[in-house]
Amino acid sequence: MIIRVVTSNKVYNLRPSPSFVESESKSPFTIMAAIKVHGSPFSTATARVLATLYEKEVEFEFVPVDMRAGDHKNESFLSFNPFGQVPGFEHGDLKLFESRAITKYVANEYAEKGTELVFGDSKKKAIIGVWMEVEAHQFDPVATKLTWELAAKPAFSMGATDKAVVEENEAKLAKLLDVYECRLAESKYLGCESFTLVDLHHLPGIHYLMGTEIKKLFDSRPHVSAWIADITSRPAWSKVLAMQKQK
Amino acid sequence: MATPVKVHGPPMSTAVSRVLACLLEKNVDFQLISVNMAKGEHKKPEFLKIQPFGQVPAFEDGGVSLFESRAICRYICEKYADKGNKGLYGTNPLAKASIEQWLEAEGQSFSPPSSVLVFQLAFAPRMKIKQDQVVIKQNEEKLSRVLDIYDKRLGETRFLAGDEFTLADLSHLPNTQYLVGVSGKGELFTSRKNVGRWWNEISSRDSWKKVVDMQKSSA
Repeated sequence: MIIRVVTSNKVYNLRPSPSFVESESKSPFTIMAAIKVHGSPFSTATARVLATLYEKEVEFEFVPVDMRAGDHKNESFLSFNPFGQVPGFEHGDLKLFESRAITKYVANEYAEKGTELVFGDSKKKAIIGVWMEVEAHQFDPVATKLTWELAAKPAFSMGATDKAVVEENEAKLAKLLDVYECRLAESKYLGCESFTLVDLHHLPGIHYLMGTEIKKLFDSRPHVSAWIADITSRPAWSKVLAMQKQK
Repeated sequence: MATPVKVHGPPMSTAVSRVLACLLEKNVDFQLISVNMAKGEHKKPEFLKIQPFGQVPAFEDGGVSLFESRAICRYICEKYADKGNKGLYGTNPLAKASIEQWLEAEGQSFSPPSSVLVFQLAFAPRMKIKQDQVVIKQNEEKLSRVLDIYDKRLGETRFLAGDEFTLADLSHLPNTQYLVGVSGKGELFTSRKNVGRWWNEISSRDSWKKVVDMQKSSA
């Protein structure tokens, strides 16, 4: 049971304290501070955090940051992320940046709510951890460069696509996806037999690439293709896409 | 006595040295297994079985086989939580969240430009590859901007994630060691008051001194 209390400057979500009788608190309720995400639904990093919050069925307030106006570089935003990048994240007094640190925090803080995204014994967790690093250090840099050249530059008239960069990164992605194809032949999802943060972290990057000629690299690999069809059809991800459509 | 964990790769590799530093901080016994990269051993089928991307390090602990240095470090900290430096990966969720934040900042903001510089300035000459001055300049500029942010942060806290040395600081040791050792680039760190102080402190830890010794004796 959650009671939502809205005052003039704060929103409180209250839940019953677990052991009211033993607790020192005079209140029968524990205050759950509001979660705020500052960013843009089009930013892959912001989308990663939004997807996680939707998967965990956690209420949050979205604070749009106008990146075209450069709001992510002004003083007030820098207090959320000194690198001047979206997203910024608040949970009560806690402020966090780096999407993959935020998603882990949310997944652990709300372990019992919504989809289980981090779990398992030490071995399973370790293997999930390995593939999270693969996404962060192998997949994301290549996906980002390809999306920039093939989708962002044309969309924002920011210059001609650099064919050499596309060729180089397409080759890297192909090799990477060969490894993914082998992995997904032996494991239903990248980390383990269930959907976890590993798969979720890929969603924003995959979404943009599927809208470019790079789609053929995914379609030609049956296990990768089936995995993509599965993870992109999750209701939580559809909610993030709906936010993109709103703007 | 437990079987030592196995680390495959040369100590001069920045990623391998990251794992070695963590093992030493945690007092976890390990066996270092050499991989002859000059002979392409890391691209051979037997190695690809334990690291499908053909990169070092690979890591084994009994039935657990892992790769990606930062994932290996997290595993070591969780599995051996009670050994060695207990606070390395945080002892409560809020501490851990801050460590994760700065570990990600290392991986996403510090590592890309510093890794390019390490390759260009430390490895390319040894491998008789011509240095690319344009690339060096671009990445020096990127790294300078990152270090400006670090300098501000380290004016507020003693270490990156808070007032204790953590995995977030450790993760920066390998690349910085090479850059400080190369003439002219150490200034990037030492000319910034708080970054300089932080570097002195983290690099004089016993665990890191042992890694540097291992690098020297295997060169």
